[in-house]
Amino acid sequence: MLNWLWFGLLALGIAFGGLQGDFAGVSAAALEAAADSVVWIMEMTGLLCLWLGMLKIAEASGLMQKIARLFSPAVAFLFPDVPRQHPAFTSMLMNMAANFLGLGNAATPFGLKAMEQLQSLNPHPDRASRPMITFLAVNTSGITLIPTLVISLRTAAGSAAPTEIIGAAVFATGCGTAFALIFDAILRKSKYGRS
Amino acid sequence: MLWLSQAAIPLLLLGIPLYGLLKKQPVYELFCQGAAEGVTMAVQILPYLLAMLVAVGVLRASGAFLALARWLSPLCQTVGLPPEVLPLALLRPLSGGGALAITAELLADYGPDSFIGRLASVMQGSTDTTCYILAVYFGSVGVKKYRYALAVGLAADAVTFISAFCICRLLFPC
Repeated sequence: MLNWLWFGLLALGIAFGGLQGDFAGVSAAALEAAADSVVWIMEMTGLLCLWLGMLKIAEASGLMQKIARLFSPAVAFLFPDVPRQHPAFTSMLMNMAANFLGLGNAATPFGLKAMEQLQSLNPHPDRASRPMITFLAVNTSGITLIPTLVISLRTAAGSAAPTEIIGAAVFATGCGTAFALIFDAILRKSKYGRS
Repeated sequence: MLWLSQAAIPLLLLGIPLYGLLKKQPVYELFCQGAAEGVTMAVQILPYLLAMLVAVGVLRASGAFLALARWLSPLCQTVGLPPEVLPLALLRPLSGGGALAITAELLADYGPDSFIGRLASVMQGSTDTTCYILAVYFGSVGVKKYRYALAVGLAADAVTFISAFCICRLLFPC
């Protein structure tokens, strides 16, 4: 599926660009995106190193396990396949907390760590496990309390009330996340969820 | 709440090593060990990130999003959705940077306190870049079969956009 999706995006873009007679624009975009992704990963590397370093300390000192023990009951019902007190809970919780506070860039390292820990529980390493899908359902629906990026954009654009959209954004993201969790729970129990 | 958002990182940077020291751990060595893992992880996700960004970059540059938005705009007008925000809705799940650029443009063109400006802000702030997250997160652990993850992510994005539109109509008169 992924093969066709990726090819489809590429082919659609190239075909459409060709129809418009804008091959130059398309090829510039392809090369630019390839170069940009490396610049972006360089920035990301710094963040990954910083937070994975911190997580290593938290892991070795037992803080990860402690936080998992304290807070996992709050989210454990979403992840019936993950053993209680598993350190993956801490990474997932830190990822969600960072997203909640609008710290998107700090959220990624915790999220990737969580994936690594969930993968260690996955009986079929090439297939997404059910807890992974639930975790990413929460993650991609972008639950947040403070959309920091948008607030700074609005401030820069000269808004009289940059924060007035927070309530509406929290409502929309809440609806999306709730839907994602319900839809995920239905699919998890359907024939698609059988592992 | 905003204070917490600003204080969260410094507090973690102080609290985690402090806890480690109290537990008599070699915090500096542990930090460096963990940081080394960051380098391998970054190398691991680069190909997935690049593949995604190139495909989306080509699609954006081709103007296909604008054409699709133009094609769908009569439908939007019947429900009262300003067609100007359609490209944002279509691009939001695919490209974080692209969506941010469109939001910034809409805020500049229509004003941050217009209906379009507010709706675009809510749409930008209420969801995340689904396809990119799936590609990078699954890529980082070598998962190739996403199963129903994409369906859940994209359906949730659609629900988020519809809720964003409804709540904006309710809260902000246009």
